[in-house]
Amino acid sequence: MPISTVVVKTETSARLDATPVPEVGRTITVALAGQPNVGKTTVFNMMTGLNQHVGNWPGKTVERKEGTFVFNGNRYRLVDLPGTYSLSANSPEEIIARDFIITERPDVVVAIINAASLERTLYLVAELLPLPAPVVIGLNMVDVAEQEHLEVNPEVLEAAIRVPVVPMIASKNKGVRELFQAVDDLVRSREGYRPNLPEIRADHRAVLAELESLIEGFVPSPYPRDWVALKLFEGDQVITDMMRQSLPSDRWAAVHDILLAHDDGMMAVASGRYEWIGRMTRAAMKHPAVGQIGLTERLDRILAHPVWGLGVLLLVLGALFWLTYTLAAPIQAWLEYWLGQLGESLAAMLASAPPWLQSLVVDGVLGGAGTVITFVPILVVFFAAMGFLEDTGYMARAAYVMDRFMHLMGLHGRSFMPLFLGFGCNVPAVMGTRVIDSHRARLLTIMLAPLVPCSARMGVLAFLAPAFFGQAAAFVSWGLVALSLLTLAVVGIVINHWVLRGERVAFIMELPLYHLPNKRTIGLLVWQNTLAFLQRAATVIVAASVLIWALSYFPGPDIQHSYVAAIGQMLEPIGRLAGLNWQLMVALLASIAAKENAIATLSVLYGAGGAESLAPMIARSVPAASAMAYLVVQMLFVPCIATVAVVRQEAGWKWALLNLAFLFIISLVVGGLVYAVASWV
Amino acid sequence: MSTDNGPIPLDSLPVGRQATIEAVSGGHGLVNRLATLGFIPGQRVDMVQNFGVGPLIVNVQNTRIALGRGEARKILVREG
Repeated sequence: MPISTVVVKTETSARLDATPVPEVGRTITVALAGQPNVGKTTVFNMMTGLNQHVGNWPGKTVERKEGTFVFNGNRYRLVDLPGTYSLSANSPEEIIARDFIITERPDVVVAIINAASLERTLYLVAELLPLPAPVVIGLNMVDVAEQEHLEVNPEVLEAAIRVPVVPMIASKNKGVRELFQAVDDLVRSREGYRPNLPEIRADHRAVLAELESLIEGFVPSPYPRDWVALKLFEGDQVITDMMRQSLPSDRWAAVHDILLAHDDGMMAVASGRYEWIGRMTRAAMKHPAVGQIGLTERLDRILAHPVWGLGVLLLVLGALFWLTYTLAAPIQAWLEYWLGQLGESLAAMLASAPPWLQSLVVDGVLGGAGTVITFVPILVVFFAAMGFLEDTGYMARAAYVMDRFMHLMGLHGRSFMPLFLGFGCNVPAVMGTRVIDSHRARLLTIMLAPLVPCSARMGVLAFLAPAFFGQAAAFVSWGLVALSLLTLAVVGIVINHWVLRGERVAFIMELPLYHLPNKRTIGLLVWQNTLAFLQRAATVIVAASVLIWALSYFPGPDIQHSYVAAIGQMLEPIGRLAGLNWQLMVALLASIAAKENAIATLSVLYGAGGAESLAPMIARSVPAASAMAYLVVQMLFVPCIATVAVVRQEAGWKWALLNLAFLFIISLVVGGLVYAVASWV
Repeated sequence: MSTDNGPIPLDSLPVGRQATIEAVSGGHGLVNRLATLGFIPGQRVDMVQNFGVGPLIVNVQNTRIALGRGEARKILVREG
């Protein structure tokens, strides 16, 4: 028995000896890895439920999810690694995933693969096996594979790769327990764990061995030497820089010469992995008979068609709006009503308190953050729609169909859905950009999202356009929405060509197979995003609302003599370029707390008794050209605090402030142009 | 050696035809991303959708991949 153990240890290489087999009872760390569209999130949600912690990876804007659970008497810590196709250094996600495994040494890495895309999803496994943590494979979506007439035999696959392979249908909670049973078994004993590792293409083996001996003894801990050699061959920038630092210069020169002489090294490594995949799957997989057409192919003939697909997309978007108006809008109106009632009763309760306190609670907190919260029903509908479209596989088709149009702005199809969500609310639009795989395209989409007219801005427009323009209101509103989208396109083209220059965004996107969505996945997505929004509403948004309230309340006695009025008067020279008086400037500033505030502020500034009497009053005192310019600026102005807060969260302070500044300038420039034209006409 | 079977850019492969990848050109990042997905010399591709303009859909490694026309042009294939 001891002899066989020794044999096992030498054959699995020394790397597994570094971490001793844990005693039962301690916390076991499991890293969950997998390519996009393999159902990794579903597995994570099944095991951790609401016991999740969502944050960011240190110093990165990449989401980090972690959860705990107890299984077979052991405490498990499950870390969800970013979903990536490989472990190169091409994106922060890939670097995070590999660094976690190398530096934090999880007890087990669970690699989820998709039975319906077996070869491609095994590519990541080929990258995971040489890393210093044992791997268990979850062969997911066997039902989807069946629907496409593909058959995969898990036992044969397991015998070939020589790591545990567990068949599963995570969306139906089948096989998930068995998967973690296999993890548990591996944690208790690694005997017999001897994976069949991929090798570099045969013509490069000798030179790889040479490279390995050159770097021997100079590889910084805890990086495995063989893996570092492979990454050097692949031309991995991070590892190349690391080795240039740590190797003596003569050795580095020798290494550099080898790499220069083998600039096809990356292809040799990738080919080696695909050769390995071919060997592993040859006996385990049965392809469909010729002529058998799967569900995905049949659906894609319509859904991915450049004409029919566009028609279906329009129907889907129409259905989304219909849902918003029939489901979310009434609840929002109801919430608004109760918010009004709450305001009145709070005002009555605080009747004896100092008037500033009453105003702080009713106008500052409820009027600002409270109004923002009434948008939660709309957010829920949009988050649910986003989750549904993504989880069924349709989102990729929408992106594909829209790609040719988005190219004009240097974006590709993936940016379409997030921007579209902006019509409901800019918050899910900015958060929805997480589906975009290129950092640059994602940043550009975030910058553009606030230019999509959200439902709150449309509400302000719906009130003010008839007040200013009577019969022509519908035409004016239509023109303003068109102008917003035109501005978005122009700004997109300008940023793309002159600001965020760089490699053109390549459009390479997997079209996942269609499958039934999982309620739990969508439910948790809605829950987490809504919770995050409410947390922001309770912190950043309340603070900002109170700040804006304070500026409009002090030093008193009324808003005409407040700080915000002073700022408005200070900004009047700028506003005058667009024909805006200081009252209109103040309304713009107040709308930063929540877009609806524009109406309330105008009615106070014009001394109207209420919104009803505001319309005729404002129509009399604001000339048509100024009114037109004001509506333009209002549509394009700095977004509400809630949006600014998510832009900061997703892109960082620098981009959030840049976004504020450029929207401020653009709105006034476009407003100024419209004013000039309107006055001239 | 027949000219009708010489290497052609992937974007000119008609729908329903199969081909073998000959070469992939472009920047390191792009070639790496394509290689990860299975666009490697010697691998088979099927053209699933190609209308002559705009993006196209191919099947490689049992996966449907949508490619921009510019990306497809960088992949040389030999039909058959």
